[in-house]
Amino acid sequence: MRVVVDLTLCQGYAQCCYLAPEAFRLSGEEALMYDPDPDDGQRERILRAAAACPVRAIFTEPATGAEA
Amino acid sequence: MTGPIAIVGAGLAGLRAAEALRARGYHGELTVIGEERYEPYDRPPLSKQVLTGWVQSDHTTLPRLADLDGVNWELGVRAVHLDLAAKRILLADGRDVPFDRCLIATGLRARPWPNEAEAALDGMFVVHTADDAHELRRRLAAAPRRVLVIGGGFTGSEVASVCRMLDVEVTLVELAPAPLSGALGGVVGEIAAQMQRDAGVDLRTGVRVETIEGDDGRVSGVRLSDGTHVDVDVVVVALGGVRNTEWLRDSRLAAGPQGIGCDAGCRAFDANAIVTDAVFVAGDVARFPHPLYGYQMVALEHWRNALVQAEIAAHNMLSDEADRRPHVSVPWFWSIQFEVNIKSVGIPSIADEVVVTQGSTDERRFAAAYGRNGQVVAAVTFNAGRYLEFYARLIETAAPFPPDLGRVEQATGDEPVPADFPPPSALTNRPTVVLTGHSPTEMRVQRKETEERGA
Repeated sequence: MRVVVDLTLCQGYAQCCYLAPEAFRLSGEEALMYDPDPDDGQRERILRAAAACPVRAIFTEPATGAEA
Repeated sequence: MTGPIAIVGAGLAGLRAAEALRARGYHGELTVIGEERYEPYDRPPLSKQVLTGWVQSDHTTLPRLADLDGVNWELGVRAVHLDLAAKRILLADGRDVPFDRCLIATGLRARPWPNEAEAALDGMFVVHTADDAHELRRRLAAAPRRVLVIGGGFTGSEVASVCRMLDVEVTLVELAPAPLSGALGGVVGEIAAQMQRDAGVDLRTGVRVETIEGDDGRVSGVRLSDGTHVDVDVVVVALGGVRNTEWLRDSRLAAGPQGIGCDAGCRAFDANAIVTDAVFVAGDVARFPHPLYGYQMVALEHWRNALVQAEIAAHNMLSDEADRRPHVSVPWFWSIQFEVNIKSVGIPSIADEVVVTQGSTDERRFAAAYGRNGQVVAAVTFNAGRYLEFYARLIETAAPFPPDLGRVEQATGDEPVPADFPPPSALTNRPTVVLTGHSPTEMRVQRKETEERGA
């Protein structure tokens, strides 16, 4: 699935890193590094991470998203 | 409602504009033209997650936030001309795309190493496209002896950071006294310099690369202006970007090396500075008057700016005069390097003074405010991004500089000092923000362009 994080919004609360640790990691204290193309097996965790983000910085494609 | 819409440029701005048009109810003919053969992808991960090897270079495709069914994607073909009178875009393969409204979002390309013979050596890289990142990643993974990065801007510094993460020896060469000083000034640049040295970067400032030496067609070393020689097998050229405006040379639009002039509503100017109704501009190529900076013309190579302008352009394309919206938001920027989150708001390079306002520079967790003529015009944070929103409000309200932080946790003993921005001619890389308006800085920018042409 496709993911993008608006890192101008991100404030390093790291909720996503707890909820989907394979896709979201902190580099140092607050710099977020993420996988923009995690495998679909992580979908539930990614969506939970997006919903839990206090600043709503995580954007995902709808499950029915358009094909390339 | 409008007839066919053409978007030239299939990057972040092009994609978000297409989505915004659909979201605003435009379901007419929509064509997106992109020179690269890939559907719109995100560039910031290329110099970070992709170079470290975590994410593959073709895995940064941007999610589609709206239904784009029915969009006509013309990918892998360049636009070569815009005919304002006939309202059509000419493509390199000879076809043309008619439009009633057009958005230009052609962005930048990497500024190449000026010596063509040296640039052709095996081991020379730039980092702008997914293909660039793919090639450089392959080479970094093959345990190079030493990487040389030319240019201490954000991209060059991020590449150096990745090299150290991968335990690859790296030398960074920057003509200015410190990395990041074009964007953040010499005072904050000195903090970045110490970060690099602590991480094991062989940082060479105040020098330039004179010659890149080849052996059997491969990079073997470089000679610097101070006479020293460095043995390297990989060179990363990080000189900043070149705006993709050449294809508009005969279009009668106000297009040039500094970008495409447009109004605060993203409507393009023609060469006589008369605003057009049909052509809009967004993203890195847009050069627009910013109301927070005295309507000085600025061009911002920022992710968020591309997003905001795309939405404004889409809105205004579909709106009557009374409903048009201006681009008034504060510029935001971020970079991740050496495990530090660097973020900024406003335009630091317009400032002449800087003061550390919160936190500690020794701990590399601090905020600094930038001032000009007694007003706060920008701020930067290192690992303190949560402070920035506060400074964005100060900038929007033209708050006095140095700022009064009231009860906020405040650094003690710091007084404003000159921000120490080097002139563009003293930088290796081109800055990512270009002030191109009626201030004296315009002269500097123009002089730099001239010098580069003469180089």
